[in-house]
Amino acid sequence: MIQFIRSKALKTTFIAFILSIWTFGFVHASADAEKEPFDAGRMIVDHIIDAYDWHIASFGNTHISIPLPVILYDEGKWYFFSSSKFNHGHDTYQGFHLAKEGAIKGKVVRENADGSLTRPLDLSITKNVLAVFISSALMIILFINIAKVYDRRRGRAPKGFQAIIELLVLFIRDEVAIPSIGQRQYMRFMPYLLTVFSFIFLNNILGLIPIFPFGANVTGNIAVTGVLAFFTFLLTTVMSNKNYWKHIFNTPGVPWWLKFPLPLMPIIEVLGMFTKPFVLMVRLFANMTAGHIIILGFISLIFVFGQSNVYAGYGMSVLSVGLVIFMNFLELLVAFIQAYVFTLLSAIFLGAAVEEHIAEGGQH
Amino acid sequence: MELVSPGFGLIFWMLLAFTAVFFILKKFAWPGILQGLKEREQQIDDALKAAEAAHQEMKNLKIDNEQLLKQAKEERDVILAEAKKIRDKLLDEARIKANEEAERIVQSAKTRIESERMAAITEIKNQIATISIEVAELILKEKLQEPEAHDQYIQRILEHKPL
Repeated sequence: MIQFIRSKALKTTFIAFILSIWTFGFVHASADAEKEPFDAGRMIVDHIIDAYDWHIASFGNTHISIPLPVILYDEGKWYFFSSSKFNHGHDTYQGFHLAKEGAIKGKVVRENADGSLTRPLDLSITKNVLAVFISSALMIILFINIAKVYDRRRGRAPKGFQAIIELLVLFIRDEVAIPSIGQRQYMRFMPYLLTVFSFIFLNNILGLIPIFPFGANVTGNIAVTGVLAFFTFLLTTVMSNKNYWKHIFNTPGVPWWLKFPLPLMPIIEVLGMFTKPFVLMVRLFANMTAGHIIILGFISLIFVFGQSNVYAGYGMSVLSVGLVIFMNFLELLVAFIQAYVFTLLSAIFLGAAVEEHIAEGGQH
Repeated sequence: MELVSPGFGLIFWMLLAFTAVFFILKKFAWPGILQGLKEREQQIDDALKAAEAAHQEMKNLKIDNEQLLKQAKEERDVILAEAKKIRDKLLDEARIKANEEAERIVQSAKTRIESERMAAITEIKNQIATISIEVAELILKEKLQEPEAHDQYIQRILEHKPL
């Protein structure tokens, strides 16, 4: 037994060592490219924001990336072309090019005659869009197959992958939906909660795998989290009952002077309707982006040290790989926690929206 | 700034993709999974309940069996007691009968012995009488050899027997 542990520990050390040696290559690359100093901030932001192509690796000035389709609608005309036409932002194609600076840096713009830039309606299949498509396809294939397994193995014990999914489904049902919404109504919201949870969880996990076609920072993109939060908001508002609105405009259990003549409570409650999903959006975005930034930051350390001294870079790479491994484990945990928190809060908001009057009457 | 400015294209595609995923899964995946889970839970619940019921039934059966056994034992005891009574009665009857029979035999034996005895006595009496008469005859013959004695004797008889 002891021998087994020892050999396992040895194996792990060996793998870490090999990985560290592999990163030595980065150090050399960065040491060679002395003309262009390494900008860690730029590198990190480039990795976590959306892009028109899917960058895989760069060797010197050779960039390996998968070009993605650009779809634009400008002045009554549709444009479809490959993002490779921009030649990584160096070229102009059909009057469009990638903005070099400003708030819209890196986005497709059209230069007007007077030199000002116009942003066309941009429906391009960007890196994150493709990542969303990939994870959506994965989800559909996965869950439909699992549903088939349930049909085939009716009433029998779960097996293999089905057991993992079952764990999550039961977790959402018994720990999230039923306590937050209640035994009577939770089934109406199970499809939404399960979809949201698995979408976030899957994308969080895929975002941690740094190999194409995964590794896009999907759940760390504010547009994605915004859409998810919007769905929760939409569902809350659409499904809400009379009691919910009464709670907003005539909050029970609050002194009358908070509602009249100045409707303080209604204003706060109405604001709350919007701040709740807003917070959902920001929390998920910030957590996932922060995790990616930290991991990329540790990787950047190798280059930063390597630029000043090659041997410092070597030393740092060992430490960095260790830290990155640690961060990745932490991110695995965060991936689950954030998916759980988003789902739980959605469930609580939905639960508040459909709460029965009888249930509330008991509290007052 | 790039980080917190959502891209319109991404919002559009995300809305589309998520809506599609949601409705597809809602139609084809979740009902199957949730239904399967519910059915299995129901099944397990039913199975547990059935096991509990079977257990209870077995308990009842055991109690029933014990009761039956007890009843059977009681019945056996009753039957045994009755059999004993009957045996005793039969024995008693037999004894009484035997006694009666013995008595009867003894009685008849006694009667016969009595009658035999009587017959013997009678015989003896008769024989004594005959012998007596013969003796008397002989004596008389001897005594009446002389004429006076003969006369005397007639005289005496005449005296004793008034005519």
